Amino acid sequence: MSGTFTKSMARNIFYGGTVFFVLLFLALSFDTMKELPKRDNRANLTESVINGKKLWEVNNCIGCHSLLGEGAYFAPELGNVYPRRGPEFIKAWIQAMPTGAPGRRQMPNFGFTDKELDDLVAFLKYSSEINTANWPPNIEG
Amino acid sequence: MQYKSQAVAKPYFIAAIALFTGQILFGLIMGLQYVVGDFLFPEIPFNVARMVHTNLLIVWLLFGFMGAAYFMIPEETETELYSPKLAIAMFWIFLVAGALTIVGYLTVPYATLAKMTGNDILATMGREFLEQPLVTKIGIVVVALAFLFNLSMTMLKGRKTSIGLVLLLGLWGLAIFFLFSFYNPHNLVLDKFFWWWVVHLWVEGVWELILGALLAFVLIKVTGVDREVIEKWLYVIITLALVSGIIGTGHHYFWIGTPEYWQWWGSIFSALEPIPFFAMTVFAFNMVNRRRRDHPNKAATLWALGTGVMAFLGAGVWGFLHTLAPVNYYTHGTQITAAHGHMAFYGAYAMVVLCIISYAMPILRGRAANSAKAQVMEMWSFWLMTVSMVFITLFLTAAGIVQVWLQRFSDTPIAFMAAQDQISLFYWMREVAGVFFLIGLLVYIASFFVKGETKAAA
Repeated sequence: MSGTFTKSMARNIFYGGTVFFVLLFLALSFDTMKELPKRDNRANLTESVINGKKLWEVNNCIGCHSLLGEGAYFAPELGNVYPRRGPEFIKAWIQAMPTGAPGRRQMPNFGFTDKELDDLVAFLKYSSEINTANWPPNIEG
Repeated sequence: MQYKSQAVAKPYFIAAIALFTGQILFGLIMGLQYVVGDFLFPEIPFNVARMVHTNLLIVWLLFGFMGAAYFMIPEETETELYSPKLAIAMFWIFLVAGALTIVGYLTVPYATLAKMTGNDILATMGREFLEQPLVTKIGIVVVALAFLFNLSMTMLKGRKTSIGLVLLLGLWGLAIFFLFSFYNPHNLVLDKFFWWWVVHLWVEGVWELILGALLAFVLIKVTGVDREVIEKWLYVIITLALVSGIIGTGHHYFWIGTPEYWQWWGSIFSALEPIPFFAMTVFAFNMVNRRRRDHPNKAATLWALGTGVMAFLGAGVWGFLHTLAPVNYYTHGTQITAAHGHMAFYGAYAMVVLCIISYAMPILRGRAANSAKAQVMEMWSFWLMTVSMVFITLFLTAAGIVQVWLQRFSDTPIAFMAAQDQISLFYWMREVAGVFFLIGLLVYIASFFVKGETKAAA
């Protein structure tokens, strides 16, 4: 770097550039907040869905699965598991765990009650109805 | 050691290395569970191992950053630390809280842990990387505030260098953005949107300031190049990092329910994110080539150069590989993401912490540099760990490409587990590379115990 470009110029560009892009980011985030009601399926945030989300969290489902592509990559994507498998299959599957098949990946049994299973399914249904710009590419997730 | 209070850095560095070892051991467990699914089940299910693996990573890097700051700030400000006692107290609080959290993960079912630790008062748990119980999260905030208070008070009474200011700015940003971990709305899209304000604005934002400051500090010390030149570079690098990285957050807002204009903002700005890392590589090599002294610590110089190169490859190149929205549509949430995550964290953050440890530890132990024998061993560990990480990344990338092909791209897509079975060969090879990484880490640890002739620190 030549002698004409000084450290204080670099510093000023840093502060100016950072402030500018922070403000731009905040403006985009603000606009996102305004747009979200059209996309995020908040109308269907029922008591049951809210409870399902909490069950999802306190059992650390994200530690193996992904949800809308985020999480771990050890077990299937569950953002679209509702249309892929349907409610009855999901509940039966969760209850049948662990399979105990030798050498296969195992999912613990969480001992959910029937109501808890319904709440989890409600949460997965709600998640599947978020407008994700057509992601994932196909039903396999 | 120029200032006695710098000594508080030592326990931080030792804890960082110990927790790093734990992280790698749990990584190997998970790697094996990818191919031998029932390994250690039900004692350590995959989700528990992963939580331990990623949380240990975060905590050991935080220990490393804190140790680095306690070592650097007295030298930068040319004054003793405001309160060494507070620094030591915080060390023990953080270590005990961290250890208890890990023990909690391993011994109690997660739902029980949540109940025991007040998750019903304020639900924050069960989100990736933010799995810590509420009490641990509060503990992190307390430790961070005490740490920042200590450093800020030190800086107020001493010299204010650009490196010191950038480091503090990065650390304050780290603490502030962590506060978003307490916000967990019922609305999944909002939850995910602000979750990234912790995760992305940490690793692709303020952490890069910390990374730049650490690297600049070590380069001044080992090359003797004029501070004005190095600090000018530092400002240019962090400008590029934040200009690309802040709006670059948008590359996480493609498919989570957020408006579709993020596909443009996120793609364009995150495509620029490799540039600061490339600048960092050029910077490191340039400074070493223009060195005005031959510092006896060759190992620290190697880590500094390695950080530039591996951060560019891992964060820059492997990030770019899947950051454009049309590509990410297929790769989102596959082993491609895992490949990028591994090399980026190692290349940028693990290596820069190992770099500052490499420079500071000999000084903290009363010598300018380790013996030639110890340094050769440390350099072996550098190559073993770095080359192993390159292979881990390549195998995961291969796994990811095949996974995308079979499960996402094909006209006849197959189910997730069917695709996983097809790629087990790559998982086995990743595990072998992981074993070599562990060997490298053991060599690294052993290098601290190698004796030999050394010169006393100036």
